[in-house]
Amino acid sequence: MALVVVNDLHKSFGDLEVLKGIDLEIEAGEVVSIIGRSGSGKSTFLRCLNQLEHHDWGTIHLADQRLDGGAMSPGELSQNVGMVFQSFNLFPHKTVIENVMLAPVVVKQTPRAEARQVAEQMLDKVGMLEKIDAYPGQLSGGQQQRVAIARALAMQPKVLLCDEVTSALDPELVGEVLHVLESLAAEGMTLILVTHEMKFARDVSHRVVFMHHGHIHEAGDPQTLFTQPKTSELSQFIASIL
Amino acid sequence: MTLDFSTLLPYLDEILEGLVTTVWLTVATTFVGIALAIVVAYVRDGAPGIASSLLGAYVEVTRNTPFIVQLFFLFFGLPALGVPISATVAALLAMVLNLGAYTAEILRAGIDSTARGQHEAARALGLSRLQSFRHVVLVPAFSRVYPSLISQCIIVMLGSAVVSQISVFDLTYAANFIQSRNFRGFEVYLVVTLIYLLLAVGLRLGFEFVGRRLFAFRQGGSS
Ligand SMILES: Nc1ncnc2c1ncn2[C@@H]1O[C@H](COP(=O)(O)OP(=O)(O)O)[C@@H](O)[C@H]1O
Ligand SMILES: [Mg+2]
Repeated sequence: MALVVVNDLHKSFGDLEVLKGIDLEIEAGEVVSIIGRSGSGKSTFLRCLNQLEHHDWGTIHLADQRLDGGAMSPGELSQNVGMVFQSFNLFPHKTVIENVMLAPVVVKQTPRAEARQVAEQMLDKVGMLEKIDAYPGQLSGGQQQRVAIARALAMQPKVLLCDEVTSALDPELVGEVLHVLESLAAEGMTLILVTHEMKFARDVSHRVVFMHHGHIHEAGDPQTLFTQPKTSELSQFIASIL
Repeated sequence: MTLDFSTLLPYLDEILEGLVTTVWLTVATTFVGIALAIVVAYVRDGAPGIASSLLGAYVEVTRNTPFIVQLFFLFFGLPALGVPISATVAALLAMVLNLGAYTAEILRAGIDSTARGQHEAARALGLSRLQSFRHVVLVPAFSRVYPSLISQCIIVMLGSAVVSQISVFDLTYAANFIQSRNFRGFEVYLVVTLIYLLLAVGLRLGFEFVGRRLFAFRQGGSS
C-alpha cells in the first residue's frame, strides 16, 4: 500500500474549478516533482495535502489513515505532513533555533532539552548549525529556506511538501537549497515538490507529474517524460521553459 | 512678582505622596491595560460572536466618550447601582479600561498587518489559533505599533490628573491642595508641570529600554 493515496480530489474557489479530480499514489521514500504552468493548480493540490485548503470532494489517506475532512487534528497533521513555502515564512522575532523548536515544544509538547537536540540535528542536516542564534533577518534567502526546511523536519513528518522553494531566491542561492533537498531524498525522505527547476526534477525525482488545467495530464519517470512527452501540452510546456 | 520656591518646602510630603500615587497608578494601568488590550484584540480578531461584539462595543464607547465622564460614571454610578467602589479603585479601573480600549485598537492594526504566510506557516506546523496568536503574531504586531503604544500610555499617564476630581491624592491633587494653603499657584504648578514632564520622559525611556530587548530581532534585520 502506498504511503500517500489521493482519490478523486476536487477543489473550487467559487465558480473556478481548480482541481478537477486528482488521483495519485506515492510510495514511501519516493520523490515526486509536480510541474505545470502557473495557475494549473499545483499549489492548491499541495495545500490540500496538508489541509491548508479544504477540498470539496475526494479523499486523502496517509499510511492507511484518513487525513482529510477533519479526521486529523492540526497537531497530528503537522506530524504527518510538513510544508516548506516559496517565501520561507520564518518567524522574524525568533532565532533560528527558536523557529525550529517552536512547534515541537508547543504542539508536540516535547521537553525543551529534547526539542533542542532534535532541532540541532535538523539544523545540522541543512548546514545551518553555526547560525543557531541568528534572527531570520540576518540570513540570506537560501539560509532562511534551509532553516524553514529544518523547521518542517523537526516535527518528523512522513512527507515533506515543497512549493517552489527556490523561486524567491537569487540564482546563486538556489543550489544550496536544492542540495539540501537532494540529500533528504538520498536519506529516503518522501518528497512532493512543485518546482520550476527542470534539471533538478529530472535528476533527483523518481517520478514527474505534469499538471494542466486541474488535471494530472501526464506522469511518469523523468527520463521518458522529458524526452518523449506523449501530449502536445507537455511538449509545449517543456519547450516553453527551456 | 517674586518667585519663592521655599514656600513649597513644608509640603514636600504631599508632593511625594501625590507623585507616588500617580506613578503607581500609571505603572499598574500600563501592565493591566496592555494585558486587557491583548485579550480584547485576540477575541475581536477571531470569528464574530457575542463576545467579540460586546468587546467591540466596549472599545467604541470608551473611545468616543470623555475620560472624566467614564471616571464619574464608575465612581458615582456604580455605588448607585449597589456596587460600592473606592476613589482609588474607580481611578485605576477607569484608567485600565481607557488604556485597554485604545491599545486594543492600536494592537489590532499591528495584528491585521501580519503577513498571510506567517499564519500559514503556523498552521502548517500544527499551531492552534491561540498558540499562533501568542507565539507568532503578537510580538511582531507589538513591534510594528510600539511608537503609538508608547504615546498612548503617556496620554493615559497625563490624563490621570483627572482622578484628582474624585479626591484621589495624585500629583495634581497635591498641587491643588498646596496651592489652596500657600496661595503660591505659580510655583506649585510650575514644579508639578516639570514633574509630569519628567514622568513622561521617564516613561518613554522605560518603554524604549524594554522595546530594545523585546524587539532585538529588528536590529540589522530586514523583516
Ligand atoms: N484562495 C484562493 N481564492 C481564489 N482563487 C484561488 C485561490 N488560490 C488559488 N486560486 C486560483 O486557483 C488557480 C490555481 O492556483 P494555484 O494552485 O496557485 O496554481 P499554481 O500553483 O499551479 O500556479 C489560479 O487561477 C488561482 O488564481
Ligand atoms: Mg503555485
